[in-house]
Amino acid sequence: MTEENDLRAAIAAGVIGSGDAYRELLGAIVEVARSIFGAKASSILLFDDDTEELVFEAVVGEGEGELLGVRFPAGHGIAGWVLATRTPLIIEDVREDPRFAQDVAEDTGYVPSGLMAAPLLHEERALGVLEVLDRPEQSTFSLAEMDLLGLFANQAAIAVDLLLRARQAERLLDGRDDELASVARLAAIVSALEDERREAGIRLLRELADTLGD
Amino acid sequence: MDGVTAHEEEARRPLQAWSLPKDDVGAIALPSQWPERVTREWAWGDATGEGVRVCILDSGVDAAHPLVGELESAVTVSLDEDENVVVAEDVEGDLAGHGTACAGIVRALAPECSIASIRVLGKGFTGSGLILLAGLRYAVEQGFHVINMSLSTTKKPFAAALHDLADSAYFQRSVLVASAHNMPVESYPWRFSSVLSVGSHEEEDPFTFFYNPSPPVEFFGRGVRVRAAWIGGKSVTASGNSFATPHLAAICALILSKHPELTPFQVKNVLYLTASNVGGGE
Repeated sequence: MTEENDLRAAIAAGVIGSGDAYRELLGAIVEVARSIFGAKASSILLFDDDTEELVFEAVVGEGEGELLGVRFPAGHGIAGWVLATRTPLIIEDVREDPRFAQDVAEDTGYVPSGLMAAPLLHEERALGVLEVLDRPEQSTFSLAEMDLLGLFANQAAIAVDLLLRARQAERLLDGRDDELASVARLAAIVSALEDERREAGIRLLRELADTLGD
Repeated sequence: MDGVTAHEEEARRPLQAWSLPKDDVGAIALPSQWPERVTREWAWGDATGEGVRVCILDSGVDAAHPLVGELESAVTVSLDEDENVVVAEDVEGDLAGHGTACAGIVRALAPECSIASIRVLGKGFTGSGLILLAGLRYAVEQGFHVINMSLSTTKKPFAAALHDLADSAYFQRSVLVASAHNMPVESYPWRFSSVLSVGSHEEEDPFTFFYNPSPPVEFFGRGVRVRAAWIGGKSVTASGNSFATPHLAAICALILSKHPELTPFQVKNVLYLTASNVGGGE
């Protein structure tokens, strides 16, 4: 990040406060996704490239209480495949194959009876995965639903990108003592003011800018 | 089809110049007699896939699954600390399920073809584009007749190298069958014209496929609610272009099993002529 971008990030972080608003947005996206598909659960997983793990960032429905913040290696499982290949996948009606020996059947971990998963793509990066779990059994998947899933995933990817930017801004501020943090605090204070006090605040800032600019 | 046939060897011999002197016309005579009308019966009637080597470039393949059966070979491609490519025997099998599903679909349609697995997914995703590239390069070097690639990369820096590899495959008679992306994003290598690219249709017949006169996607194969093998001895109902791809890969294997002399260009022609919306709907 350049210095100018640092300053912008500081002001943005100051005005927005933190990534909380974007987390709420992610929560809203999974809530709508679950509702539209009539599913039991929906979640957004973010890829942490430092640890090469996937992290549950938003969860609604089954597992809501336990899964948030839970991490697992990104190299395994369906979400990992979707992330790595950047390709959506719909798996339903998972059953034991009766021709397969029982003793090796259970060693590969949990797979829900059905799931839809799409990558969260932003520019050239895969940021994470949107999952919709256990849709009603009687529903029949169609290509139109695949398109709908893709639309949700693209919306989620934008929100995730904003969340990651907000977090990066926060990290920058944390690492810079008071310098940019002061600018961020000032931006936050002025942004929160109302009516005359806000006008006065902005007037004061302009005068400050003129004085310092000379 | 063990080793290299005389015809293949001739096709691989470098030309002295990119032209055809009059005296050399006989040297490129084609061995196959083409019928007046190419039908599915001519193209792959009674074919089993025997003699054709199909490679699944994916998450690995669970060879113990009864819907998959024996593998010709299974390797894993990874990068060491210095980003050197390492190809090693794959002892872990499938880490996700997808490769097993693709192998099972190919096995169901072309039961006697030889299937090999190249795992390019798994532990660690840093440099996954590099691993994909290395895996495809390895597959091309091994001279598989059909390479099933139900995956793509959105990273533009890899596009040129993937393009070169796709062309190499095409020139050396490896049919590279790749999934088109299900989402409206730019990804590779399926967009290249030397690749046989596949999207999904919603019909139930595994041999129904359509030619698309509006590329970049060239063919639509069965990709919705496909019953497929999965890891852990499971089977699933799966949807997505990545499941349509092995259907076309298997049909290519059948065609090459009956007509091993065909080039990828000719295989595409046979597919066109026998597509459900062209001549195959009879």
